Amino acid sequence: MSSRDRILARVRAAVDGAPAAPAPTRSYLNSHTPGDPAAVLDLLHHNLADYRARVHRTAAACLAPLVAQLLAARNARSVLVPAGLPDTWLADTHRVRVVEDTEGATAAQLDAVDSVITGCALAIAETGTIVLDAGTAQGRRRITLVPDHHICVVRVPDQVVASVPQAMGRLDPGRPLTWISGPSATSDIELDRVEGVHGPRTLDVVLLSP
Amino acid sequence: MSGTFIGMPAFPRAARAAVHDATLRGNLRHATHTIRGKRAQAVAELADWQQLRDAGKQIKDHTLRHLDRYLEQLERSVTAAGGTVHWAADAEEANRIVAGLVKATGESEVVKVKSMATQETGLNEALAAEGIHAYETDLAELIVQLGDDRPSHILVPAIHRNRAEIRDIFRERMGRWGRAAPQDLTDEPADLAEAARLHLREKFLRAKVGISGANFMVAETGTLVVFESEGNGRMCLTLPETLISVVGIEKTIPTWRDLEVFLQTLPRSSTAERMNPYTSTWTGTTDGDGPRSFHLVLLDNGRTDALADDVGRQALRCIRCSACLNVCPVYERAGGHAYGSVYPGPIGAILTPQLRGTTSEIDASLPYASSLCGACYEVCPVAIDIPEVLVHLREKVASQGGHLWEKAAMKAAALAMDHPAAMAAGERIASRTRALHPKRPPGAGAWTDSRDLPDLPAEPFRDWWKKNRT
Repeated sequence: MSSRDRILARVRAAVDGAPAAPAPTRSYLNSHTPGDPAAVLDLLHHNLADYRARVHRTAAACLAPLVAQLLAARNARSVLVPAGLPDTWLADTHRVRVVEDTEGATAAQLDAVDSVITGCALAIAETGTIVLDAGTAQGRRRITLVPDHHICVVRVPDQVVASVPQAMGRLDPGRPLTWISGPSATSDIELDRVEGVHGPRTLDVVLLSP
Repeated sequence: MSGTFIGMPAFPRAARAAVHDATLRGNLRHATHTIRGKRAQAVAELADWQQLRDAGKQIKDHTLRHLDRYLEQLERSVTAAGGTVHWAADAEEANRIVAGLVKATGESEVVKVKSMATQETGLNEALAAEGIHAYETDLAELIVQLGDDRPSHILVPAIHRNRAEIRDIFRERMGRWGRAAPQDLTDEPADLAEAARLHLREKFLRAKVGISGANFMVAETGTLVVFESEGNGRMCLTLPETLISVVGIEKTIPTWRDLEVFLQTLPRSSTAERMNPYTSTWTGTTDGDGPRSFHLVLLDNGRTDALADDVGRQALRCIRCSACLNVCPVYERAGGHAYGSVYPGPIGAILTPQLRGTTSEIDASLPYASSLCGACYEVCPVAIDIPEVLVHLREKVASQGGHLWEKAAMKAAALAMDHPAAMAAGERIASRTRALHPKRPPGAGAWTDSRDLPDLPAEPFRDWWKKNRT
């Protein structure tokens, strides 16, 4: 008998005669936040900042100068961009080498890049979370992990949801997802929170209005 | 479980040694009190906490009741998404499968994201025996591994170490495993984290094989989920060419939507955050992104024994948040090592004796490692009635002839209480022979070694009552 068959037989024997366990009742809330888009955006801003992401709000016309400024503030000499990133986002960025991510790029090459800029799939206000699904303008999971600085642009209002349950319905579990709430952090030493152990130490989130 | 714990003294003896360690007690007290206060705040933010807790309990109970069906569905989904599923009846088989998979890649090094399941199976030691070096990459696990130590907490395995101890471990040991720590390393947490970052980055960038556990597996879609904070998980899950995940069969949930419950309850219960910094989900393999081959090892290792126990099976609902450890007065003083298993605290006291059975001295002592105060049940996000299972397991231990002296004493007490004259006589004799009584209950064994007898009063209560109240 294979281990597969043995384990399944043991499971069946173990629950044989156990009372039925009905499907779950979902009496929990779909959202904890009023439906007002401005309030949801404020909450997102607050919760992102609470977990030490640096939050910026801007309109489409001012995005390029803001991105240039964020890169300059880090003295970034190179910035990694995934396929599908709008050219206009980097229109004001000069003297910074733009590195396009390719499948052949090694982890060591990514490690040599100063910053990365991506879009996202959506952002969740109640938890201060951005979700990447490796779609357009987001690239492979590793590009937002290895460089030390990540700029993430969230389109407001269409990429903002209030709650986790609202996010689930919009995400495709077939894609690899990365949920990011603030920069990399650890509390393993006397529960003192330290940012940046392995992932980017700095996370700039740009809330981009039309 | 891991051979590391063979020869471990029973809980009372181990705990007695631990409570005399003032540094350990101080570290534990600071940590558990800090985190329990923060957790209460994080939970209070959600008005529907009780409903989320109910839903989590129901999802897990439903899955466990139909686990055969969901495991088969999970296998189909993972396979359809490009993964390979392996079944391991026990720790030894799981380790053999993993070692075989690593050898097939030709590699002799693997990076690991913290995994309770592989700690349970003693995978690192098993791989070492095959000439494969497994590097733990979670900061706390690194501290434990470098220090030749054992984890003492589910969430923060190095909770028993303070910053000065960690600095010493890094300075002395890091160089033996790779990039050395700077000799002027301070004990500032930020500096210690930086030393770990540099040390581990070397390993991440060259790793060809990653090993993980998972917090959840979604049967419907074949999706695995890892919750973490540091990014070491993301490194292990996405940089290597081969990913091997070893996961207990009880981590299955039916649907993608079910995750919305645990995404809300797990972070708030464990790290007291609205959300942990990083959560990764993967479904099989993705072309051009992440590992090219993915293996899932489904682990039984005693879980079906727990499942067969009508009362005890609720322990399999556990989502390993560790909230019960942080509120437990016994854990707070004894620390995690005293439990002699990778699962310490209240959940360990009920899970370990079910996974391993109660034949060894340490496992038979675990159901008694509790004051039954019930705080663990209050905070459990999937409403495991830990006190109920503890009492149930005590009955089991007692029925196998566990604590003979305790049973004899209870029988004698029942007899005396049924016969008031005998009781009164006994009390008077006891008072008059005070000086002759030992300070500890006589008899061998863990129970009596750690308990003092209360002082006997100079006169029995009945005599005092007659004199003063009648």
